[in-house]
Amino acid sequence: MSAGGYAKAGRRRRSGDVVRDIALYLIILAFFVPALWIILTSVRPNIEINARPPVWIPSKLTLDSYKILLGWPTPEGAFGLGGEIPFGDYARNSVVIALTSTFFALTFGTLVGYAFSRFTFRGRNGIFLSLMLARAVPGIALSLPLFILFARLGLSNTILGMIIIYVALNIPFTAWLMDGFFRAIPAELDEAAMIDGCSRWAAFLRVDLPLALPGVAAAGIFAFLTSWNEFALASVITRTPASRTFPPALFEFTGSFVSDWRGMCAMSVMMLIPAIIFVALVQRQLMAGLTMGAMKG
Amino acid sequence: MTTQTPAGSPARAGTRVGISREDKRLAVALLMPGIVVVVLVVAFPMLYSLYLSFTDYTLTNTSGYQFVGLNNYIELFKDPIFWQAFVRTVLFMALAVNLEFIIGLAIAQLMAKAVVGRGLLRTILMMPMMFAPILVGFQFKWFFNDQVGLVNNLLFSLTGKTHIIPWLVDKPLGFIAILVAEVWMSTPFMVIILEAGILSLPTEPFEAAEVDGASGWQKFRRLTLPMIMPFVYTAMAIRSLDLARAYDVVSIMTGGGPANRTELIWTYVNRLAFIGHDYAMGSAMSYVTVAVSFLFTFYLFTNVMKSRWEGAK
Repeated sequence: MSAGGYAKAGRRRRSGDVVRDIALYLIILAFFVPALWIILTSVRPNIEINARPPVWIPSKLTLDSYKILLGWPTPEGAFGLGGEIPFGDYARNSVVIALTSTFFALTFGTLVGYAFSRFTFRGRNGIFLSLMLARAVPGIALSLPLFILFARLGLSNTILGMIIIYVALNIPFTAWLMDGFFRAIPAELDEAAMIDGCSRWAAFLRVDLPLALPGVAAAGIFAFLTSWNEFALASVITRTPASRTFPPALFEFTGSFVSDWRGMCAMSVMMLIPAIIFVALVQRQLMAGLTMGAMKG
Repeated sequence: MTTQTPAGSPARAGTRVGISREDKRLAVALLMPGIVVVVLVVAFPMLYSLYLSFTDYTLTNTSGYQFVGLNNYIELFKDPIFWQAFVRTVLFMALAVNLEFIIGLAIAQLMAKAVVGRGLLRTILMMPMMFAPILVGFQFKWFFNDQVGLVNNLLFSLTGKTHIIPWLVDKPLGFIAILVAEVWMSTPFMVIILEAGILSLPTEPFEAAEVDGASGWQKFRRLTLPMIMPFVYTAMAIRSLDLARAYDVVSIMTGGGPANRTELIWTYVNRLAFIGHDYAMGSAMSYVTVAVSFLFTFYLFTNVMKSRWEGAK
């Protein structure tokens, strides 16, 4: 896990550095507390959660909330609000939608980014700017017109519909990042490949794309997290377990007067696990990609 | 600019001069799929809602609506709640982006210098980024709950007295609670980008400064900060755009209430369009704010584009 390659050469450690590292650990711990609290809540007895006076240390740990979520038999039975939560359906929808849309957003966004980085054409600035403007449009402004449009096209409440939406939402930022990554790759490299007889497209596939892979990983993190966590549009387009994803499903744990926090926390942890695995796997590529020059204005 | 790769500008200028017919065809083919999807999902629906904003369309009357011209817009500009929400949103954006920047820069600087377990630290730090904004809303609503919330419980356990601080109800407190949630959620993004900036800096100027006996603060102020400005600029541009969309967190925590006290533009759009069924009015308001976002985007990204595409000279 050590990212030693990035460490500045020739830096000497002083006693002040230890103090600085401890400060860093404390700050990161502070950022970690809310996540820790969610994990803790998901495994403690339900009765402690809203207890007064507050109970800080759980009297015992239990995986009941996860068992209920996964439909295994437990002494407590279903969640406090009653009704089964079709966790398996939500998991399938979320995984399929997030992975497929990330794949296509990366593909299309990379192509767009490459076109911006290597060609000058009329309207380039305008197109680029319009893409960025598309990112500025908030979900809530899009939700109703998209709902009407998708109802006409037969796409509402479908997995395909959500995939299309997330591909569109992620293309602008992917294109923006990829433009920067390709720009950091010397243009002489593909020119040399073309002199050797490669077509421009072959040069892209064999020279530029492999070099830009850390960048694709960086863009992939952002695209995946957006698709995995988006709520405003998912809540309007996905109505039933046939296409509903995790974020709108969190609402099923809340009622007008009572909320099942433990159940919600258990599902939240289940939601976080794939994201954590994904980020842990690609975070080095993320930093390598970002330092490569994507953000250099 | 000092951080340009050796491949720098001359080569780039070379790729830009001529564009052959095949290249032109390839460029169109590369752009097409992405642009078609974005037009279908974003541009087309937005045009439809622009059209609806000139009608009296409501969610309860979706067929017999009529064209009413600029009425919705005129009514909106006369609405004091809209202006309050507008000002509050701008204030929220300004405070959040700057807080995230300052905290993010401090952490990024510490991260870039930490030696042990940077990968693990980074993964932990990125956890808030992995939280769905809606989940952040739920969690912070619960943390700030006046009866059973984590914050008031902590005050109780620390002081031994019961504090029922109405975090999500009182005017400045509600705003602060939302700000805390937003800053917690988004600072890691700033850290990642700024850390990337710091890590990409060349080491020679720092070594030279070391020889000259510069203090840590001097090196930070004179070297690090100016050199990472392109990263700062991009990070702030992206965060500002995303903040303009920060709807999930606020809508769950307070929904803009009580009595419009924490209303931001997007919760007010929701109130008008979906709770009040006055969709046309909601569309008009979306458009006013989207227009502001657009101006902002235009300004930020023409500058960022300039430095990326032409400024490398």
